[in-house]
Amino acid sequence: MSTLPDARQDRLRGSGTGGRGSSETPLSVYDLTVAYHRKPVLWDVGFDIPSGALVGIVGPNGSGKTTLLKAVMELIPKASGRISVFGKPYRENRRRVGYMPQRESVDWDFPVDARDVVTMGLYNQVGWCLPVRKKHRRAALDALSRVGIEELAHRQISQLSGGQQQRTFLARALVQNADLYLMDEPFAAVDAATERAIIEILRDMKRNGKTAVVIHHDLQTVPEYFDYVVLLNMRVVAHGAVDEVFTRENLQKTYGGRLTLLDEVTEEMRRRERSL
Amino acid sequence: MTRMRQSFRTVLMACLLMSALVMGGEVIAAPVLDTAGQRSIADRSVSWPTFDQWKRLILLQDYNTRVVVLGTMLLGCAGGMVGSFTLLRRRALMADALSHATAPGIGLAFIVATTLGLDGKSLPVLLSGATLSGLVGVGVILVLRNTTRLKEDTVLGAVLSVFFGAGVALLSLSQQMEKGHAAGLESFIYGKTASMGIQDTMLISVAALICIAACLLFFKELKLLCFDQGFAESAGFPVVRLDLLLMAMVVTVTIVGLQAVGLILMIALFVIPAAAARFWTEKMWTMFLISGILGALGGMLGAGASALFAKLPSGAMIVLVCTGFFLISMVFGSARGVLIRWLRRSRLNRSVDYQHLLRAAYEYLEGGGRLVAGHDIPMAALLDARSWSVSRLRRVVGRAERSGLLKREVSRIRLTEKGLREAARITRQHRLWELYLITYADIAPGRVDRDADAIEHVLEPEIVAELEATLKKSGSDVPSSPHGLSEPAIAGVASQGQ
Repeated sequence: MSTLPDARQDRLRGSGTGGRGSSETPLSVYDLTVAYHRKPVLWDVGFDIPSGALVGIVGPNGSGKTTLLKAVMELIPKASGRISVFGKPYRENRRRVGYMPQRESVDWDFPVDARDVVTMGLYNQVGWCLPVRKKHRRAALDALSRVGIEELAHRQISQLSGGQQQRTFLARALVQNADLYLMDEPFAAVDAATERAIIEILRDMKRNGKTAVVIHHDLQTVPEYFDYVVLLNMRVVAHGAVDEVFTRENLQKTYGGRLTLLDEVTEEMRRRERSL
Repeated sequence: MTRMRQSFRTVLMACLLMSALVMGGEVIAAPVLDTAGQRSIADRSVSWPTFDQWKRLILLQDYNTRVVVLGTMLLGCAGGMVGSFTLLRRRALMADALSHATAPGIGLAFIVATTLGLDGKSLPVLLSGATLSGLVGVGVILVLRNTTRLKEDTVLGAVLSVFFGAGVALLSLSQQMEKGHAAGLESFIYGKTASMGIQDTMLISVAALICIAACLLFFKELKLLCFDQGFAESAGFPVVRLDLLLMAMVVTVTIVGLQAVGLILMIALFVIPAAAARFWTEKMWTMFLISGILGALGGMLGAGASALFAKLPSGAMIVLVCTGFFLISMVFGSARGVLIRWLRRSRLNRSVDYQHLLRAAYEYLEGGGRLVAGHDIPMAALLDARSWSVSRLRRVVGRAERSGLLKREVSRIRLTEKGLREAARITRQHRLWELYLITYADIAPGRVDRDADAIEHVLEPEIVAELEATLKKSGSDVPSSPHGLSEPAIAGVASQGQ
């Protein structure tokens, strides 16, 4: 795992590491450039994600975090670059990837209940044109109980609180039984109890050898939640183990002058060092 | 409440409008049942269809009527089913633009075919023209949307009106052609089942059945597409092809429905049954079925009405019947209807008032140090404890009295034993919740009462149990109020009430 705290070094090496992913590397990105209407959103992005890590993707609004996840899953075309998932192109290893989109990406007024939403994670296994069977419903209920809301299984999804909706989406990703999870802001606008529940599940995944790549906004909790971090602002500012990369200097580069939380984060890091 | 009143006004206006339309329709309708051929065409007297005509229609005695009604029913069913997907995928306007864009194709196909010396009014010719120009219209929409910065609604509106305008021009042009006989082409605009033959109906039925089968077969995949396209794509579902399947079904239903419903009103078949069905259920499958059934009934009754009143365009009748279903669903729908929502809200308001009353009574007794049943509680104290009006307080006191929780005298109440127990239970729940908020949610104690007030009415027994466990409180007693009952909280509320 290479850590490149120095952006200059990053530039010298072209586009960081990545792209040479072996079958053990859950996610490897090399030289990725994505543009909307000729305006680049991601520029020469490259990194490798180590197996069994909880990875935070951190960067200001509009820094291309969601675009990165979407480009990995081939939901949007890339201008250039190479992405491999467990050593193969995404479409060949799709079944090993679970996806949890942003909560705002769907219409919560849709006429389905929580269990229906979770069952959607199994449609691949159900098979084309076949009805959902009992074992799939049971698996969906199991996933809902893992996230602690099985008693809400039959509630229409607009009747769920924000945290419960987030848990429903998490359950849908869990039921995919993947090895690599891509999560778009699972902690956005959730209550404290849900945040704890989600991080517990992430740690549980890690214990089972799974990898999670998580877009995250709250800088203060980054050192506590993640082992590995990718600092992103159109380019990869730095990536590597949190202890080495998540520094004041790198955050300054990522966020520019806009970071008021910096001191608190530095404080948090110091506390963490003391406790180690 | 204002929203309630507004929706009632909407319903009322729509009802008036509809009855006006229907009455107007009756007056202009010549009571001629073409197929029965009992009266001369010159007969323009206004009269209600005879009993015999009703009987023939209801028993579907006439073969032609029977076939037409059946075909329109299948068409309505397919429209309702496809419509439940387009509605949820927010593609309803796209369907509207598509059907309007068929207009120039019909005119052009007639003109070209007639010029070439073919039969300009043969259905295959007209429908292929319609399909072609409909698809061109959708293509133009997609191109404009993707290459310009125009918003989608602008593009849809522009394309829809331009194509329809061109269509109307071409159709009037075709009327003036020497060759051919363009009369009847306008039935594609308003819909006229009377112009449909057996063969046309067969075409409609087969196309509708294919669409219904495709909807049933791909229900799961289309549902996923409508709910979360990104997730579907990430899981490897071919969303572009699924989208095309949906559009193809819209095109099919639109084209075969042109004759029966007409291109202007085609959109109603996709939107109204699905929107009506949404009022009855929170389940997509149920909504899909109800929408299909409502569409089928609409098609059947609309075609029947148009058979009875030969001058009434069947498209308009089908839409009006569907609108009737929509209005009924909007008011009486068991999941989201106006009535059920109003009932739910007033029930919630009542239970909130009821809990406020009991808690105010409990806290009054607690303040005086006399937590026993039968002690006097002045109404004035209760009035001050909450921001409610005298009449509202009277109402809730009356309800509590009827359920045996208290005895009322002129200016005070007395809690019964049962009432005191209930008051203690409610106050306990409220305070547990307050404690929870303070302990876990880091809310300043002064703000807690407000939030707790809102949430305690939805507390479920399991949550209460959980709170008790977390807070390690003994099961029966009421914890003391965490923010102190005296000055700030009560005075604050009281001053708000004034």
